[in-house]
Amino acid sequence: MANPLLQVKNLHTVFPIQSGEVRAVNGINFNLDRGKVLGIVGESGSGKSVTAYSILRILDYPGNISQGEILYENEDIVRMSPGEMRQIRGARISIIFQDPMTSLNPVYTVQNQLVEAILLHTKRDRKQAKERALEMLQLVGVNEPQKRLKQYPYQLSGGMRQRVMIAMALACEPDILIADEPTTALDVTIQAQILELMQELKSKLGMAIIMITHDLGVIAEMCDEIIVMYAGRICERGTAEEIFYNPRHEYTKGLLRSIPNFALSKERLTPIAGSPVDLLNMPRGCAFAARCDAAMKVCLTEQPEEISINENHKASCWVNVRDTAAEGTEGRQANG
Amino acid sequence: MLKYSVKRIILAIVTVFIIALITFFAMNAIPGGPFAKEKAPEAAVQAVLEKRFNLDKPVGEQFFLYLGNLLRGDFGISLKTGREISTTIFESFSISAFLGGMAVILSLFVGLILGSTAALMRNKWPDRIIIFLTTLFVAVPSFILATLLLLIFSYVLGWVKVWSVADQNYLLPIISLALYPMAYITRLTKSSMLDVLGQDYIRTARAKGVKDWMVIFKHALRNALIPVITYVGPLTAYIMTGSLVVETVFTIGGLGSKFVTGINNRDYPMIMGTTIFLATLMVVMTLASDLLYKAVDPKISFD
Ligand SMILES: Nc1ncnc2c1ncn2[C@@H]1O[C@H](COP(=O)(O)OP(=O)(O)OP(=O)(O)O)[C@@H](O)[C@H]1O
Ligand SMILES: [Mg+2]
Repeated sequence: MANPLLQVKNLHTVFPIQSGEVRAVNGINFNLDRGKVLGIVGESGSGKSVTAYSILRILDYPGNISQGEILYENEDIVRMSPGEMRQIRGARISIIFQDPMTSLNPVYTVQNQLVEAILLHTKRDRKQAKERALEMLQLVGVNEPQKRLKQYPYQLSGGMRQRVMIAMALACEPDILIADEPTTALDVTIQAQILELMQELKSKLGMAIIMITHDLGVIAEMCDEIIVMYAGRICERGTAEEIFYNPRHEYTKGLLRSIPNFALSKERLTPIAGSPVDLLNMPRGCAFAARCDAAMKVCLTEQPEEISINENHKASCWVNVRDTAAEGTEGRQANG
Repeated sequence: MLKYSVKRIILAIVTVFIIALITFFAMNAIPGGPFAKEKAPEAAVQAVLEKRFNLDKPVGEQFFLYLGNLLRGDFGISLKTGREISTTIFESFSISAFLGGMAVILSLFVGLILGSTAALMRNKWPDRIIIFLTTLFVAVPSFILATLLLLIFSYVLGWVKVWSVADQNYLLPIISLALYPMAYITRLTKSSMLDVLGQDYIRTARAKGVKDWMVIFKHALRNALIPVITYVGPLTAYIMTGSLVVETVFTIGGLGSKFVTGINNRDYPMIMGTTIFLATLMVVMTLASDLLYKAVDPKISFD
């Protein structure tokens, strides 16, 4: 079997600042196959964006990858030269961001910014690039595309700008599209339209997608696999089905409980109690232990290993290790 | 755009008119006059002179007479030298304009480069040195810097000759004029650049695979320039007034020194001429920088 398109191995990303080292990503592993959709969920600050930016090496100052490999078609992105890296960015792997209001350069027209991306990575001349830009705007469903090309970002609505961002990201037919909370800043009806558009484009163009969100409910139906992140680690992963109906990590259960109208919980919407862990001083054991209702002694002192629940599901939680060890014990139910 | 420009031009004319009005009456309110000297000329002579230059008429009437002449392009003649004011202004301004123009170009050029460098190398030694020097230049007034430069480079080191009509070396005057605005532009560019580099669209540009220097020059600089451009108008104003001092230190006969001697001599047409000329210049500069602003920032619409 061919290797996966993208393999992230033991990735560590840190931000050295005056008061120490912010450990934003702490040894995560995952694979992405061609044409698949991977969801990454987690609370604010869990390291989702930093993971995404690490893949494209567009971390904000002073962030850097301190350890690990990111293999794209078996080549390590971490070790690529700046020139090789530019061949990847926007051409093989593209990204769209959370806030479409600020993601486009305010002083250049839509056309200028689209054409720039196309000219960078394809052999088209300027005229062909303009045609391609128009074609992309039509593809992402921007109304009056001809007119929009000549407009500046401030003349477009949020939803429209996100469509332009998507057009720009997909203009060079990348293998992977990273969508970093692409709908968070938009209102609900527009959110649904953008997600629908992404699904439609995926079936037309066949790229793989990494879909980042802090709202599990939003992405569940489009994901082949879901990764749950906390404090820069992966605490649980599996198919949407497994994550939703058979969550094993207390953090995942907490996230599910915080989704409105989710079938699992008949109770009221409850945010997870406690505050996220201090990334400057990571605890020795499980990062979630301090907030976990089911925490045991071992959770405070040692990091849990990732164990398989079944072939579609893995979790890093001592409770599960114990349960697996004590053969026959059913997975613990959410206590609360 | 057209409507806006017309509005601004009308406003500019009104501004210049008001400045002229205030100057005219303030000037006449100062005790003494062009012909009142220690050795007073005979009363009869003085009366003839005053009649000749309309000085015997009420101030209000004088003002409108002056304005009428001005509209016909007649600035009058100097009460001191008898030369046409417009000729004097033209001659001395060409020196000041050259000094000022060079200083503006120098300060913009150096300021933008140093500011961008400081932003890109933030917290490294080039940034530290740049910020130290610019703090110094912003804090020390230009006449002290000018004197220091003169002292060091002309007197102690003897590298540059002191300015004289025979040997017109403008290097030191230009540098003295440019240091403050250069330092100011450096700091402005740095903070504006840092702000812009933290913006999402810079990340977008990098994520597209744009080269680092293109990210700086195409995507960052143009945005970072917006606050700098707003400063170009006031900057020119600063340089024109700053040049009064610098021209005095270097004994250059620019417009500034004509203005000052004009006041000392109560040379009314000279004072009015230079004032109106400088005011017009300021107003035009501010207008120009506003229009330039529009060229850089598409969000500014003038209607
Ligand atoms: N420029 C930076 N300097 C220092 N620390 C940073 C920087 N950027 C991110 N971090 C750290 O990395 C952690 C993870 O940030 P990240 O942006 O990946 O969170 P996220 O999961 O994307 O959250 P959100 O849902 O709010 O987007 C943050 O908690 C922060 O402490
Ligand atoms: Mg984020």
